[in-house]
Amino acid sequence: MSNRDNILNRLKQNTLSEPVKIESNVSSFVWSKDEKITQLTKCITAVHGEVHHLTNIHWIDWLNQELPKRGLKQVLIGRNKVTDEYTYKADKSVTIHHYDKPIDSWKDKLFNQIDVGLTTTVGAIAKTGSLILWPDAAEPRLLSLVPPVHIALLDANTIFDTFEQAIEELEWAKNTPSNALLISGPSKTADIEQTLAYGIHGPKELIVLIIDK
Amino acid sequence: MNQTEAFYQRIEKALQNDQVRQNIRSAMNGLMQKRAEQFNDPEELSELREKARSIRHYSLAKQAELLEKLEQKLIENGIQVHWAETAQQANNIISTILKDAGAKTIVKGKSMVSEEIGLNDYLEQQQIEVLESDLGEFIIQLAKEPPSHIVAPAIHKNRQQIAKLFHHFFPELSYSEDVNELTLMARKILREKFEKADAGVSGVNFAVAETGTLCLVENEGNGRLSTTSPDLHIAITGIEKVVEKLSDIPGLLNMLTKSATGQTITTYFNMISRPRQPDEKDGPRAVHLVLLDNGRSRIRFDNDLLETLRCIRCGSCMNHCPVYVHVGGHAYGTTYPGPIGTVLEPQLAGINNIGALTSACSLCGACAEVCPVKIPLPKLINQLRAEAVNEHFSDKPVLGKGSLRKTPEVIAWSIWQKIYSNPFLYKTFSWFATSLNFLTPSKLGKWSKYRTVPKPAKKSLNQLAQENGFDYE
Repeated sequence: MSNRDNILNRLKQNTLSEPVKIESNVSSFVWSKDEKITQLTKCITAVHGEVHHLTNIHWIDWLNQELPKRGLKQVLIGRNKVTDEYTYKADKSVTIHHYDKPIDSWKDKLFNQIDVGLTTTVGAIAKTGSLILWPDAAEPRLLSLVPPVHIALLDANTIFDTFEQAIEELEWAKNTPSNALLISGPSKTADIEQTLAYGIHGPKELIVLIIDK
Repeated sequence: MNQTEAFYQRIEKALQNDQVRQNIRSAMNGLMQKRAEQFNDPEELSELREKARSIRHYSLAKQAELLEKLEQKLIENGIQVHWAETAQQANNIISTILKDAGAKTIVKGKSMVSEEIGLNDYLEQQQIEVLESDLGEFIIQLAKEPPSHIVAPAIHKNRQQIAKLFHHFFPELSYSEDVNELTLMARKILREKFEKADAGVSGVNFAVAETGTLCLVENEGNGRLSTTSPDLHIAITGIEKVVEKLSDIPGLLNMLTKSATGQTITTYFNMISRPRQPDEKDGPRAVHLVLLDNGRSRIRFDNDLLETLRCIRCGSCMNHCPVYVHVGGHAYGTTYPGPIGTVLEPQLAGINNIGALTSACSLCGACAEVCPVKIPLPKLINQLRAEAVNEHFSDKPVLGKGSLRKTPEVIAWSIWQKIYSNPFLYKTFSWFATSLNFLTPSKLGKWSKYRTVPKPAKKSLNQLAQENGFDYE
């Protein structure tokens, strides 16, 4: 008998009566788009994230204004239709790098030379202030993690009320991505005296640009 | 020295260290307050706890079926599954995977199961370099200490102690007692390790059977780096962590983060379902999951004891425990301290090894009140106390039953029982106790080391009641 069979056999010896599981009530509350943006902004700024609601400025113009001011020059992007546009319109002070080769050959550069990782998002969760990312071949997993600044583009129409609702509406269980992430602020720790400190291993800054036309 | 003496010695040592007690006290106060702020509606809290309890109970009821489903989905997804009955087997499996891959250096995300099996020591003996990357774990690894809390492992240390530790190991970095500076130092030291490590090892918070997904909860990003940057990722988890559906996750995640650290949600919730796919640019090329039993299936065999396995490791029970707050995690001498440790450890290792832990409880009930999955911890502690002194107390499959039985104690209780169940003996006894109360000894061995021996009153309650006109029945 294998370890596996031994364990499973022991577990099968005690059959419990049919238990009742309380399922989630997905439509327990319904927020308007503005309410969701307000709630999301409140949550993310409370944990030292930045949120900018862009209604009459294009996100590329916003980046072209802000990145030079902040001294951010090396920007890494995926091969994504949305972010590709930035390649041609970026401010002259900015160098665009594409995450289009397997990481093994240029890990050193990713870890040591990039200032900003720019990603899109699948959506967000208003209640907890979380961005939903499904990294893939076009926007790899480390793009939102290794650079010290993570800028995320969020379409205002893709904000869900709750995680439960996102799972249902995105048909998450059916479309399981290789890696999925909820990101709810910049990297932080409270391991020393329960005192909060930001930027321990992941990005020190999280900037969310809500695109709302 | 027997286990009880050893335990009391650890407690003695802990009680003498005022610095550590102060560090723990202030941290626990903060955690309790933050949790309370998250759960400000008692009615909602009660519903959320009941829901989380039901999800965990359902998962345990269907455990074999769900583990088989999980295994099947993980294999479909390209994740390799291993089963370990014991700690030794788990260590063997992991070191074999590492050796086959030629991995010499590994970075670890925080994992209590890896502490349970003593993975770091095992791998270091095989000349594999193991680096803990969670800041708290990194600190205690430098100090060569075990975690003192399951969520905040270095909570017993203050910033001055940590500053000295960093300065000792990294003298090239300038000395600082500032928390931000210390954090940046750790970032700098560990970043290179993440970049160069051959493999990453992590735990698992929830494993979803429906989708074959390993979920990790964290704030720092070290868990994501450990599981994404190296070419090989090995996850290890107890077999009880499986849940049925993805839709079970939000209810548990919500209770976990709020109960553990008082956060609405942690910075990162990382859900891993596949290794790097052919067109993907990063992520580990191989992902392995080690499913560890190590006594859990025995606990599950009994319908009362299996409540232990609902635990989602939030640490809330220890944050609220008056005993834990005073003695700290190291006094327990086990991987899991506090109320959950008191219940789990004697069941895993046997009462004959660590049953003395059950004496470190005042049955105040604070842990049961805050447990997000409603584990009746005091009830279970009481049960184990009874099992510890009576081999025939129940037919529950507890290891080392009756091993703490002591003859003087048995005699004392049987005399007490005789006296209290016979009116004549009771009356005679109380007459002697009250009228000869000047004969009460002032010392009663070890019992009176920290307690004042009670002196019977001159008149018994019975006498006083009669004098005050109560009818004697």
